[in-house]
Amino acid sequence: MSESKIWGLLAQYENPAEIYHASEKVRDAGYEKWDACAPFPVHGLDKAMGAKPSKLPWAVLLIGLTGSSLMLFFESYTSGYAYPFIVGGKPLFSLPAFVPVWYEMSVLSSCLTAFFANWIMSGLPEPYHPAFASKAFERVTDDKFFIMIEAEDAKFDLEKTKALLADTGATLVEELKP
Amino acid sequence: MSHTIEKPTDITIPSSSMWAKLPVLGGICAATGLGATLAMAFGEHQARAMFSYLWAYEVWLAVALGALGWVMIDQIVRAGWSAVVRRISETAAATLPVFIVLFIPIVTVGYHALYPWTHETDAILERKRWFLSTPFFMGRAGFYLLVWAALSIYLYRMSVKQDAAGNDDMAKARISRSIWRFSAVGIILYVLTQSFQAIDWMMSLQPHWYSTIFGVYYFAASTLAFFAFITLVSMGLQKAGVLKKAITIEHYHDLGKYLFGYTIFWAYIAFSQFILIWYANIPEETEFYIARLHGGWEWVSYALPVLHFFVPFLYLLSRQVKRKQLLLGLGATWILLMHLIDLYWLILPNFGAHGEGHHEPHLALSWLDMAALVGIGGVFMATFGWLLARNKVVCVNDPRLPESLAHENY
Repeated sequence: MSESKIWGLLAQYENPAEIYHASEKVRDAGYEKWDACAPFPVHGLDKAMGAKPSKLPWAVLLIGLTGSSLMLFFESYTSGYAYPFIVGGKPLFSLPAFVPVWYEMSVLSSCLTAFFANWIMSGLPEPYHPAFASKAFERVTDDKFFIMIEAEDAKFDLEKTKALLADTGATLVEELKP
Repeated sequence: MSHTIEKPTDITIPSSSMWAKLPVLGGICAATGLGATLAMAFGEHQARAMFSYLWAYEVWLAVALGALGWVMIDQIVRAGWSAVVRRISETAAATLPVFIVLFIPIVTVGYHALYPWTHETDAILERKRWFLSTPFFMGRAGFYLLVWAALSIYLYRMSVKQDAAGNDDMAKARISRSIWRFSAVGIILYVLTQSFQAIDWMMSLQPHWYSTIFGVYYFAASTLAFFAFITLVSMGLQKAGVLKKAITIEHYHDLGKYLFGYTIFWAYIAFSQFILIWYANIPEETEFYIARLHGGWEWVSYALPVLHFFVPFLYLLSRQVKRKQLLLGLGATWILLMHLIDLYWLILPNFGAHGEGHHEPHLALSWLDMAALVGIGGVFMATFGWLLARNKVVCVNDPRLPESLAHENY
């Protein structure tokens, strides 16, 4: 079978310490298109993987501020201009009365952004993934740890990558079909 | 990941450092500041001097009370990360007994000058007389002060006792359990006393006015002031060569998160108080804000939401700021400064607003403010420095210290 038919390689590890050190080695070997999967968060794994800081906060800040400003504008426009109506003897433009909704809208737009931007950045929803074909991978939600390296990675070479994964202490290395 | 972390050895204040000289320096500040303020309190500027005094008292009390509350919360939830800075807050809380002595001028020289309900009466005050009467007021004040002294002394004593437990793990765990049980009861007393203290000593300056959230407002202000204080003290101690490796940027990051969180909490409470009063528009409630919208106070009123909330909120929002000592130190200094202004704005507009020589309150700074602040600050810092040098600067035998030393934010 030719190399182009391969999606990537899957390696299995037995415990958090192993996958942590294996990730360090894969990172140092210069791979970029790869991922580590564990049944629970392994502290510091992002550092071992050399993951760059997430851009999520910027999306949240930007859209949060936009939602917040739009709401303040909307409140001022409706109450102060489009439908001037005196409530409780207060001025038409009553900033204190706008604050609760203004504040809630900032929170809401930030939360929804955090939720959906996280999905988009993580490539979700993803109904099928090549790793699902592997029987061994089923235990990723149970007690096994996995690293997968994609064939699209510039440094990917079937034999060399296999050797690297075996060298990191993988108890099982599988080829994944697309 | 896991790497062995050694217990810190630089855990006593070097005798050559500024920290060791605090009792003397603080004593000098206390003598000059308090001397000047109290001397003026016996002259024609009695009311002004006592308002400055009360302000300074509440400013520093806030730091000590914030420390007491945080130590107990920490113990109740068995917080791991903070063990390395907990002795510093226990020490700050252990200054509370001296606030008993510092309180005496407020209820002697300043009693009538500060609190109009002690010598005035009208229909509203008569209805409140059961609460705002001298015996009950004095009894309550004594109760608060004694409760704080008891809580803080116990927490400090037990923690120091744990230092001496050596390698006896059972004894160490037993002490931690006792502190844990004690704090669970103590926190209830703490919340009640610190809220009613704010109502008694500050809210009753304007006795017609009431706000049910006032105790929480002071809690927010005091916790915020305390976190700014402990951040700066930790940095200062490290400069002096104490806990150089033990306190890391991870701990500062978490203290920064608290500063950030309580900035929001303060704004939330302050705004909640304002919007209810503004919306209902009832005269006996609005008088608080009306007094603060005239005579120069309006500038402070408009500046507070911006400088006490928006500026520190946007500044501390970034993880990068919280993870740089210098930037976090600037933020903490700013918040401490805002704390001074916040309490000034709560207390000082009541000066001259009642009784003889009644006039529209106007914003006028006095050198007495600085004198009182330095004076009471001197007493506070002297006690703090003295206690800090007496014992180790970190709870060396706390079972959670290793966790704290290895603390990392993920």
